[in-house]
Amino acid sequence: MRLEILKTYKLFIGGQFPRTESGRYYPALNKKGEVIANMCLSSRKDVKNAVVSARKVQLAWGEKTAFNRSQIIYRIAEMLEGRRDQFISELVKQGISKNKAEEEVNLAVDRIVYYAGWCDKFAPIFSSVNPVASSHFNFSALEPMGVVGIFASETSSLIGLISLILPVIVGGNTCVVLASESLPLCAVTLAEVINTSDVPGGVVNILTGKAGELASTFASHMDINALFYAGSDEALLSELQQKANSNLKRVYSYTYDWGSEKGQDVYIINDFQEVKTTWHPIENVGGASSNY
Amino acid sequence: MAEKKHKTAKGAIEWDYSPALESTSHVQLKDRYDLFIGGKFVKPSSGLYFDTINPANEEKLAEVGHGNAADIDKAVKAARKAYNEVWSIMPAKERAKYIFRIARIMQERAREFAVVETLDAGKTIREARDIDIPLACNHLFYYAGWADKLEYAFPNRSVRSLGVVGQIIPWNFPLLMAAWKIGPALATGNTIVLKPAESTPLTALLLAEVIKESGLPEGVVNIVTGFGDAGAALVNHPDVNKIAFTGSTNVGKLIQQAVAGTKKKVTLELGGKSANIIFQDAAIDQAVEGIVNGIFFNQGHVCCAGSRLFLQEPVYEEVLRKLKDRIQTLIVGNPLDKNTDVGAINSKEQLDTIHKYLKIGKKEGAEMYQPECPLPAKGYYCPPTLFTNVAQSSIIAQEEIFGPVLTIQTFRTVDEVIQKANNSPYGLAAGIWTEKGSQIFNVSSRLRAGVIWANTYNKFDPTSPFGGYKESGFGREGGIHGLAPYVKLEAL
Repeated sequence: MRLEILKTYKLFIGGQFPRTESGRYYPALNKKGEVIANMCLSSRKDVKNAVVSARKVQLAWGEKTAFNRSQIIYRIAEMLEGRRDQFISELVKQGISKNKAEEEVNLAVDRIVYYAGWCDKFAPIFSSVNPVASSHFNFSALEPMGVVGIFASETSSLIGLISLILPVIVGGNTCVVLASESLPLCAVTLAEVINTSDVPGGVVNILTGKAGELASTFASHMDINALFYAGSDEALLSELQQKANSNLKRVYSYTYDWGSEKGQDVYIINDFQEVKTTWHPIENVGGASSNY
Repeated sequence: MAEKKHKTAKGAIEWDYSPALESTSHVQLKDRYDLFIGGKFVKPSSGLYFDTINPANEEKLAEVGHGNAADIDKAVKAARKAYNEVWSIMPAKERAKYIFRIARIMQERAREFAVVETLDAGKTIREARDIDIPLACNHLFYYAGWADKLEYAFPNRSVRSLGVVGQIIPWNFPLLMAAWKIGPALATGNTIVLKPAESTPLTALLLAEVIKESGLPEGVVNIVTGFGDAGAALVNHPDVNKIAFTGSTNVGKLIQQAVAGTKKKVTLELGGKSANIIFQDAAIDQAVEGIVNGIFFNQGHVCCAGSRLFLQEPVYEEVLRKLKDRIQTLIVGNPLDKNTDVGAINSKEQLDTIHKYLKIGKKEGAEMYQPECPLPAKGYYCPPTLFTNVAQSSIIAQEEIFGPVLTIQTFRTVDEVIQKANNSPYGLAAGIWTEKGSQIFNVSSRLRAGVIWANTYNKFDPTSPFGGYKESGFGREGGIHGLAPYVKLEAL
């Protein structure tokens, strides 16, 4: 009779796995109400630390070539595939059938591959060369917004998380993610996958805890550029939107069915991009002078 | 103010320019303008009117309806009715033809628009005639053509209009901002309640006449003049589906907060403190023109004005000398005079704000330079102003002044200037002057701003998206990207 080694679920900040600085925890329960793990109950300070990590690496991540990002993200799919049994067992622990769990993991792997492919393809779809009526070359290109705060869906532990993180990082953003409060197990395991996938530390930071407690910190943080909300709590969304005016964060909320084939969308990548338009004079077009 | 004397330098030749006033004889302003609601000019429900004055001579031009929340409600109802009964079900190509027609009538009346814009806003007739009015017409013409082609702008989606949109516009480019707002909103099938700025309502009301003349179905565009309370009523109206606002960052933040928890879409085009960066290898004479155009265009009442100048140290002396020489030749005065380069400050209130910042700048230890130039005795004027010895932390280098005031700082390295330029809560625009292509791409990609002018400045075009990063707002106006704020997309 061998005693099983239980896993300690920790946070994922800057490529490391610290416990919450607050020392607090909350019990994750299964459907019968039994404790399946003790989760870190993240504090405001954890959010701030995660934002520092996310900001530090954002420029470097955004400046990687799109092809390189694509390879790195594909690598996440490889790592997740290799750990499928662990994810299935965690999903089952959190209360869904083995079949459903297998389906969810398959979908998650496929979705990562889907988004990996978008890295070097979405830009030409949403950017433009603009035929201005003067002697200038003018184009609008996309750039990452920066650091994105993500509130994961409460409806699924894995696919609801993957579906939010991927479109954000594909576009060169970094993120601070608050995992599902009620279904947190896969979030931490996903962090381990990401950490072994050549994704630079800090690109994805994952916290566990209570959205209601941390919403205000996310929304009013002056170094977060955008918020991605995928829950159904209207009051919480409203609070995020109100406090986002501290630095005019862009706030997006989606009501996709993440667990379906339709829960993936290149338009989400585009939502977390800024449009930059650049002008330069052309010496002479059609005899027109540019006037600089 | 018939004569303008100019000195190129102390004791040098004096240049006299004979006045070249644009005639106002073909412009017949009414004494009083009503609100435009449901296709008709109607009296404001309060019965009150307010004066709009010419900032160039402080004379009253006309009085306009003081719209309030009740008028906004009436206008929203008219817009909803027009949306439900006419505009949302009209074939897109017919919608397009109305917008084309409005653009054409505006072109026909372009001279009238230009003169009225100059009278009401204080901007020079040259700019109103050559920039504001033609760009406004072109903007409508451009978006008219999109109406029946929207599916091409959003691959793999079907495109739906939003409903009633509320649009609040500023006083710096009154007609142009109206066109920026109305064009894409109409092309995408929405109906509109527009609130012009209180100090510059006239060209929007002329536009209302044009709209009436065009036969656009009544209620599709409603124009309610008034003050901030009318704007707030529009933002808070429960039957408005989208708010588009151009104005200050402070008000933009209030709007973002006010619409929280509603389903309203929002776009905000807000303030700026844009960097204009001159590298040592730049074509200096062209750069000097770019600096002047960057900050003194429209008296500096430009959200994307190049108000922070960064000079690389080896060319600091040369650029500063040439810049001082150049602004000595600028003619400040009657905006109706075709010789005038810098017109009137838009309002007394704005002139006070500018003066407040001049005082702050001097108090902070910056060195102020203004050319010797006579200012008209009446009206609101501010000479082109330079500040040197400015610190990155100076208030005048951080806050938007919205006047003809330029702060000048220096830098040595590329990384240094990128950091300084980005060290601002704003991110609307930036200018880069260098003859080195790779440097342009490097610097432009690292500046956090929505519009980059490389070896040029303050260029605008209907096909070119405009809008900011960070606290300069979100959403884009112009170009294919300017459609997105006015549509909802559905999966096929």
